[in-house]
Amino acid sequence: MINSGDTAWILMSTALVMLMTAPGLAFFYGGLVRRKNVLATMMQSFFVLCLISIQWILWGYSLSFGPDKGHFIGSLAWIGLKGVTMAPNPDYSSTIPHLLFMVYQMMFAVITPGLITGAFAERMKFSAYAIFTIFWATLVYDPVCHWVWGAGGWLRNLGALDFAGGTVVHVSSGMSALVCALYLGKRRGYGREPMPPHNLPLTILGASLLWFGWFGFNAGSALGSNELAVWAFIATNTAAAAAGLTWMFIEWKATGKPTILGGATGAVAGLVAVTPAAGFVSPLSAILIGIAVAFVCYTAVAVVKLKLAYDDSLDAFGVHGIGGTLGALLTGLLAQKLINPAGNNGLFFGNPKQFGIQAIGVVATIAYSVTVTFILLKIIDAIVGMRVPDEEEVIGLDITQHEESAYTLLD
Amino acid sequence: MINSGDTAWVLISTALVMLMTIPGLAFFYGGLVRRKNVLSTIMQSFFVLCLISIQWILWGYSLSFGPDIGHFIGNLSWAGLRNVGLAPNPDYAATIPHQLFMVYQMMFAVITPGLITGAFAERIKFSTYIVFTLLWATLIYDPVCHWVWGTGGWLKNLGVMDFAGGIVVHITSGVSALVCALVIGKRRGYGREPMSPHNLTLTVLGAGLLWFGWFGFNAGSALSANGVAVSAFIATNTAAAAAALTWMFIEWKLVSKPTMLGGATGAVAGLATITPASGFVSPFAAIIIGIMAAVICYIAVAVIKLKFTYDDSLDAFGVHGVGGTIGAFATGLFAQKLINPAGANGLFFGNPSQLMVQSIGIAATVIYSVSVTFVILKVLDLVMGLRVSDEEEVIGLDITQHEESAYTLLD
Amino acid sequence: MKLITAIIQPHKLEDVLQELDKNEIHLRTVSDVIGCGRQKGRTEVYRGRKETGGCLKKVRLEIAVNEDFVQPTIKAIMAAAKTGNIGDGKIFITDLVECIRIRTGEKGQEAIG
Repeated sequence: MINSGDTAWILMSTALVMLMTAPGLAFFYGGLVRRKNVLATMMQSFFVLCLISIQWILWGYSLSFGPDKGHFIGSLAWIGLKGVTMAPNPDYSSTIPHLLFMVYQMMFAVITPGLITGAFAERMKFSAYAIFTIFWATLVYDPVCHWVWGAGGWLRNLGALDFAGGTVVHVSSGMSALVCALYLGKRRGYGREPMPPHNLPLTILGASLLWFGWFGFNAGSALGSNELAVWAFIATNTAAAAAGLTWMFIEWKATGKPTILGGATGAVAGLVAVTPAAGFVSPLSAILIGIAVAFVCYTAVAVVKLKLAYDDSLDAFGVHGIGGTLGALLTGLLAQKLINPAGNNGLFFGNPKQFGIQAIGVVATIAYSVTVTFILLKIIDAIVGMRVPDEEEVIGLDITQHEESAYTLLD
Repeated sequence: MINSGDTAWVLISTALVMLMTIPGLAFFYGGLVRRKNVLSTIMQSFFVLCLISIQWILWGYSLSFGPDIGHFIGNLSWAGLRNVGLAPNPDYAATIPHQLFMVYQMMFAVITPGLITGAFAERIKFSTYIVFTLLWATLIYDPVCHWVWGTGGWLKNLGVMDFAGGIVVHITSGVSALVCALVIGKRRGYGREPMSPHNLTLTVLGAGLLWFGWFGFNAGSALSANGVAVSAFIATNTAAAAAALTWMFIEWKLVSKPTMLGGATGAVAGLATITPASGFVSPFAAIIIGIMAAVICYIAVAVIKLKFTYDDSLDAFGVHGVGGTIGAFATGLFAQKLINPAGANGLFFGNPSQLMVQSIGIAATVIYSVSVTFVILKVLDLVMGLRVSDEEEVIGLDITQHEESAYTLLD
Repeated sequence: MKLITAIIQPHKLEDVLQELDKNEIHLRTVSDVIGCGRQKGRTEVYRGRKETGGCLKKVRLEIAVNEDFVQPTIKAIMAAAKTGNIGDGKIFITDLVECIRIRTGEKGQEAIG
């Protein structure tokens, strides 16, 4: 039976998750790069929205959620939305049209490759990016999504908990981002020249829109306008706030001043970490998750990255890879059946097994994403080349890849 | 019977459509003008939101949706919202309060004159703009809205299908925009001096917010959280993505590089074009409509406009006029009763007469809008003058019309 | 006293500054400028409309020096800014009539160093 309240909420949530990619992520990343690369960076988010919107309808949804094949991937039975209708599919949600579930999931498939772009900002060839994205979505996102959320997927069968995509979205994209950063190498002059963010108000705007859209991402994942959605909504806001505060406090103590960029980064890290846990944990657990992720991600971004000197330019790995992994593991500690009877208890609530299951989910996702991403990069590099030539990198990608400038100098 | 789910969805849709005018349209247009005119351009969108919000309550709604007079216009018996209460009006929407329908429609009446501002950007006198907008809304929008959507309207009786305003919103505003561009004339130095967009990041923000708000515009037009809303939602997203991809691909193959501005323009063209058809067509028809939108609007904007050298400064005609027309035709081709039993089949589904009906609707709207706009402009030109003086145009409208500047030069 | 004004490629700025430091020429003013010469501007395309002749970003260095530093300064800039391609830039040398340090009121050669 279709419920109009549930349908209204998921329609809205779908729009909210769309907003996270463009303009949310586009602006969050766009403000962090140098002036000569801002349009190219925004273009990467905008382009993925367009590309995956089509890919998902044609084959992505079928591979992810279609009838199971060997617990590993969906079959092509739902290709081109064949058999996907207005009638609800009780495997996924029994009170909203199946097509609405499809388009809601589309927005998750859209933002995931978009997150990776932070790792190779300011140096990737646009043509290589277009090819990479379509293959990554098909070969990494769709299978992992099926494992965790698809009916028959092996991690779902195992009982891995991932409320809104900590493993599916953040671990898969974040770990792939690290591979990209290592494979592409540093930006020219990285570490020698200053590369400060060119326009932080854009980044603040993006972070705020991400926070706003994340209510659709997490509370929408209840797939109904019900108690669970309310729990997820509260956990989301609480973790973001706790992580933002903690990050600024760490900076205050460690470097002398709290920064707005630190606050924004912390909030996003908190949102990432609470994603898998959102519909399973209490508000107090959400505070713990927020504090923990701020410490761990701060260490990854401000200590480990500088020490190992890889150029994860906009911290896609440091925030999403690390934050997603931590969140998935913490779900195994803090989940409560009291919040969500469809879930399970975590280690702290008398079920140590759940932690093991979460760890298996994380390890499998990391191993798979890293391997496939590496192979993809090798092949695309051999065929079209991943990086722009040095001279184009100096001039900037806006002019060399897109023949336009974001800002006029005069007038 | 009022349904709380439907009411929730139309409430949020109303807010989404409001967001399209400001900051959506305001930023989309604002980024495209020169630095000295950005506030005056944003002001035009902001002002229309304020002005028509009042006009609609006082007499606009009554003229558009009030009891019919001669199939041409509503009478004044609902002026000042007399007789418009909370009980649903089954003529328009049986499950939401009548006042909610009224305020939802208000946001359409608001954005439509706002779209025209792209044609006379950077040169119209603000006082003239106010009078023009008020007359245009009352003499063009309200009657055409009544023809197509008002009970008893002659195009509605004829069976013209316009799901969310391809005819009512985009054709009326788009063709009126062309008249404005021709009557007002080119900007000083057009074609000789560069007039590059001063801040494309603002334009990307505006385009993203338009896309987001358009879900309320199209899916909200189902006036209910049901299957029709879901299919309108999917068609909207799909057409926008297909059009943006096509536009960028055309640029890549025919000009040189895919541009961010091209992607954003393509997306808006796709959204404008799918508007009348969303809610009647399948996702695959939406892909084809998106592709058609990009190809034809690209020709209008990048070939025809340059050839005939009229100065439709921000392509209000090229995108909305042309896109709306294609969309209204395409509805006559691709509409399916299978998607929406309340609609009709199009040519491709065995009902060629629908295409004829759509053509009549388009022709009548174009002729009426063009003639009345022309008369309004001529009268205003005599009475108060349309353009700012040459000197004021050079200094910029921000300073001369509003006595303020968007950006400081130092600090 | 001479005023040396050099227009160079932005990405050569770091190299030039290092080279100047090596030659103990520490006082300078740097600004972002735009301009074009034989290299011509780059074309940009907005909705199919090509805009050509747009100027390019360059960096302008202004250095006031005493006579014995003129040649070392020129050499340092030449050495660091040259790529051999069109667009490397130019160096202008003009006579300087006077120089005054605002803080102390010193004039001429004293003020310049």
